[in-house]
Amino acid sequence: MSYVLIIGAKSDIAKEVARVYAKNGYNLYLAARGANELKDLKQDIEVRSNVKVEIKEFDITAYNTHEKFYTNLEEKPLGVIIVSGYMVEQKIAQKDWDKSLNTINVNYTGAVSILNIIANDFESERRGFIVGVSSVAGDRGRKANYIYGSAKAAFSTYLGGLRNRLFESGVSVLTVKPGFVNTKMTENLDLPEKLTAQPEDVANDIYNAQQKGKNILYTKSIWLLIMLIIKHIPEFIFKKMSI
Amino acid sequence: MNLISWGMYPKIKNKKFLLRDLNTLNNYMEETDEFIPFGNGRSYGDSAINEDVLYVKPYNNFLKFNKITGILSCQAGVLLSEILESFVKDGWFLKVTPGTKLITVGGAIASDVHGKNHHVAGCFSECVEEFTIILANGKKKISKKGDELFLATCGGMGLTGVIIDAKISLKRINSQFIKQTTIKTSNLRETFDAFEKYKKLPYSVAWIDCLAKDKNIGKCLLMVGDFADDGNLEYKSKKGPNIPFNFPSFALNTLSVKAFNWLYYAKAPDGISKQKVGIDTFFYPLDAIGNWNRIYGKNGFTQYQFILPKEHSYKGLKEILTKISDSGKGSFLAVLKLYGKENKNYLSFPIEGYSLALDFKLEDTLFELLDELDKIVVKYDGRIYLTKDVRVSKEIFEKGYPQIDKFREFRKANSMNEKFNSLQSKRVNI
Repeated sequence: MSYVLIIGAKSDIAKEVARVYAKNGYNLYLAARGANELKDLKQDIEVRSNVKVEIKEFDITAYNTHEKFYTNLEEKPLGVIIVSGYMVEQKIAQKDWDKSLNTINVNYTGAVSILNIIANDFESERRGFIVGVSSVAGDRGRKANYIYGSAKAAFSTYLGGLRNRLFESGVSVLTVKPGFVNTKMTENLDLPEKLTAQPEDVANDIYNAQQKGKNILYTKSIWLLIMLIIKHIPEFIFKKMSI
Repeated sequence: MNLISWGMYPKIKNKKFLLRDLNTLNNYMEETDEFIPFGNGRSYGDSAINEDVLYVKPYNNFLKFNKITGILSCQAGVLLSEILESFVKDGWFLKVTPGTKLITVGGAIASDVHGKNHHVAGCFSECVEEFTIILANGKKKISKKGDELFLATCGGMGLTGVIIDAKISLKRINSQFIKQTTIKTSNLRETFDAFEKYKKLPYSVAWIDCLAKDKNIGKCLLMVGDFADDGNLEYKSKKGPNIPFNFPSFALNTLSVKAFNWLYYAKAPDGISKQKVGIDTFFYPLDAIGNWNRIYGKNGFTQYQFILPKEHSYKGLKEILTKISDSGKGSFLAVLKLYGKENKNYLSFPIEGYSLALDFKLEDTLFELLDELDKIVVKYDGRIYLTKDVRVSKEIFEKGYPQIDKFREFRKANSMNEKFNSLQSKRVNI
């Protein structure tokens, strides 16, 4: 069975995504920085599902290592899922350039670096799928979260362009826009229950949308409606709002 | 996000801590005065609710599976549904499973859950070879079948420590189907006779029509069965609709319950009929409807489950069913079941006899009715199931559990009563 490459595999969403793909018979490359922390997940998945799981050290901000990383994969993956994400509180990010830069690099620059390489391979092979986990935060700049949001906006735009380019080669590109998800990243936030998804639900949504060849996925689906409204508030009103 | 139990009552503000690794657990335990472990929130009442709650579900790795012995090692947050998804296709099934597969292994041990096969297979603890638990002093301990920690922890409602992983043994099956026989009865006597007649079959459960009156009291649909032997193991867990929000509280009244019970009862053919049904349909009919608890409205509901020793079962049940029928309070679901011998665990619920479980929407006069029912339960030497309970008094609870003092002493001797507490444990003083 084919391999799926999961980048940023230490996150809560990635863990569930890995389990879902394994359950459906895919072998896995789990890539992350500090990959030895993925040993438990590898063992977990190998017990749950009869698939092969390989752990790969990967730093999404070490751009010059990406080409070699991909070339060294013995068997090229059928699909890649980018789950890497980095978020600090807006108030901290706007005062700390290093944190701002890291937000941009992890959420955007690094993803572009590795996806450029993979997209070229998939395009020439005329097969494969690409999934990028972006965020509803990228749909509109808000004072509460615009550094993270703008990096995700750039990532969403990149994925849109990539989808347009790869359509002819039969390579599908899925942009995932989760709303609130109950993860490490949001552990200290007081999230409204009805709008908050569990990582395993997000993972199932991603798998189903990818298999159906969908383009953009909001999860939970209610976020499509919420963001539709938020996107359509006129700027002269929006700039005075606190949401 | 507040953690609430399945009954959606009580709703108190709580602080949750996600269990991910044992180092952070140690810090948490040092910093937190008292807390209660929480699995997947399927116990109905306040047994896993407190101001500080340890959310164990994220601690959910599979560790090892022995394909020859069928023994699975996994962390406590693993759901039973995940075990089925992984192993039914290889011909393995849970030795004991309750009516929902959406509970954690840790929760299954803490409630010492049971299922449709209790009369032949006992409680969940029967399939637990050993478990690892973090005690009040922060020390890790492996507990094996038969030691005191095991007796206190299985059924101990999370009050002895944090169960972190377990070894459980699965059983062989050769089909994803169950050969089911449905028997429609028209009164309690017929229901009891049918249970006895079919007790050689491993699985049995009856749905009682609670609104039946007079001579029809205790009429039921009894479903009995065993796994088929057709080699078909292509199990895919069933996903049904989801209830997206709380229904308005008037949605469930005597009339709608009557209609539901009638539909359910009328649907089945008279007398005896046979079906072949899947695992999810047979064992977990309600799991197919996501968040079904929301049909009771935002005020929540409770499940009243009691068990009576066999020699008093008929008389006691008749008295209780009559009382409920007279009260006109609708129970959407009433489940009757024959149980086998009790085990040695200090607080496990099952004793040999018949148990009835009824759902009630929470409303002003409900607890008065339940207090009345308590008196009948105690009169016939019965007991109340803590996993479902949200209101029983200390006095009523104690009368049903003769080993309660052993449990209290064990907790005290190990300072567990200072660290692990739920709203329930404080109410019934255990």
